[in-house]
Amino acid sequence: MSGGNLLEVEDLRVTFPTRTGKIEAVRGVSFALGRERLGIVGESGSGKSQTGRAIMGLTPPQAEVSAQKLAFDGRDLLSLPARERRALRGGRVAMILQDPKYSLDPVMTIGRQIVETLRTHEKVSKAEARERALDMLAAVQIRDPKRVFDLHPHEVSGGMGQRAMIAMMLIANPELMIADEPTSALDVTVQLDVLAILDRLVAERGMGLIFISHDLRLVSSFCDRVVVMYAGKVVEQLKASELSQAQHPYTRGLLDCMPKIGADRHPLPVLQRQAEWAL
Amino acid sequence: MTPALAVTDLEVVFDRFRALKGVSITVQPGESFGLVGESGSGKSTLLRAVAGLAPVASGTITLDGKPLGRRRDKAFYAKVQMVFQDPYGSLHPRQTVDRLLQEPLAVHGIGDGEKRIQRALDEVGLGAGFRFRYSHQLSGGQRQRVAIARALILEPSILLLDEPTSALDASVQAEVLNLLEQVRRDRALTFLMVSHDLAVVTHMCGRLAVMQNGEVVETLASPDLAAHRVEKDYTKRLLNASGGFVRDDDSSARSAHEA
Repeated sequence: MSGGNLLEVEDLRVTFPTRTGKIEAVRGVSFALGRERLGIVGESGSGKSQTGRAIMGLTPPQAEVSAQKLAFDGRDLLSLPARERRALRGGRVAMILQDPKYSLDPVMTIGRQIVETLRTHEKVSKAEARERALDMLAAVQIRDPKRVFDLHPHEVSGGMGQRAMIAMMLIANPELMIADEPTSALDVTVQLDVLAILDRLVAERGMGLIFISHDLRLVSSFCDRVVVMYAGKVVEQLKASELSQAQHPYTRGLLDCMPKIGADRHPLPVLQRQAEWAL
Repeated sequence: MTPALAVTDLEVVFDRFRALKGVSITVQPGESFGLVGESGSGKSTLLRAVAGLAPVASGTITLDGKPLGRRRDKAFYAKVQMVFQDPYGSLHPRQTVDRLLQEPLAVHGIGDGEKRIQRALDEVGLGAGFRFRYSHQLSGGQRQRVAIARALILEPSILLLDEPTSALDASVQAEVLNLLEQVRRDRALTFLMVSHDLAVVTHMCGRLAVMQNGEVVETLASPDLAAHRVEKDYTKRLLNASGGFVRDDDSSARSAHEA
């Protein structure tokens, strides 16, 4: 049912050429996304971020991206001219990165950055753009939008910076949002505030969300569906609510090896990696 | 019993910013004590103040009952060693593992280096094959093992652990936590461990202090925390937050969106 799916990925591969041969970061990933929250979970090097970047079109130029199908709203992304791809990026498809300290422009005020995004994708007057940016800052629960609008990124906290980042990404009304570890740099309590904002906005606007994270438990509490990646491949796809019945030994091992409050397990069970998982 | 480490009314001031506001903790010999809190709560500053790496304005720190002065001497570092958060930043990039482990021995003029290096590497689960590698040839977990080996090589009695596993993947974290527990048992070490992860701290430590804005909010035993027997609201909030994301109006929000 290609009509219902916002994004279809079939046999996605990302290959990096190196001096010692090709490294396949992503090796045949397939999934489909509707207007839902999909979590992509894996450890470092599993290819989860490269999957997100390939969809966004932010793969480094030396790498090769190939796929049987990589379609957003029925349009093939890989054959799209760079200019049209650029129009999509930030407009209909947006991405939130991990650390607002690095992903916001340090020499531009937060307000100007949000206005810039909006005016890149829509023809609006300066005054209207400012109004909408202020509204958006209020929507991500920044208490004093007028003040924050004129601040530089270094003048705000991590949680506030990440909210500004979300505001910037949502201002052009994207249909698909890719969030790559959006809360990993934040404190636990702030993390939940930011997730609650993201959750509400995604639900209100009927967006599709890809939530990339290393934190299996956080993802399962937030997303509808979870894709588990290992060594560039999808080892398991399941409903978040059915995570406890995961079949793949990697998913189970990953769940099991985390310390839990109240569970007295010494030593912790350790993940025994099997060579065949990576095949 | 004389506490292994006692901190009383400690104040740390950076320029005019009071990072620690009269913090007191006591750690008994052989105990594993945890410090939790959000960024900026002062938990790492407390650890660094003990190690002599933060400007102490007032207050006392005693080690085995003896107060520590402004400067730490060699004897202190033979007794107290630290493991840092970032295994990528805490190892010299141009030194081999062997050279890294020689350094503390050379500083302290210890002769039986050969034996100690072998023992330390064995203990952290890295064979002799890792001895002449550079840190860029190691994974994050292996680097943290080297950092632990380096801390252990002087045979200290107290380890200061600053978020030792937060830069590592979950599966590697489990291995490193198990390793730390193992060496603590084998060497009867005292741990003072900082982490933002309540689950990690309750797993590793018998008692813990919850910190916020440079103050200790609450000191409690891990089983009490696990059973939600906490007094302060802040601790409750941290505890709830570590349970994961909870959708308040789950059904209503979803049905509105699907309709």
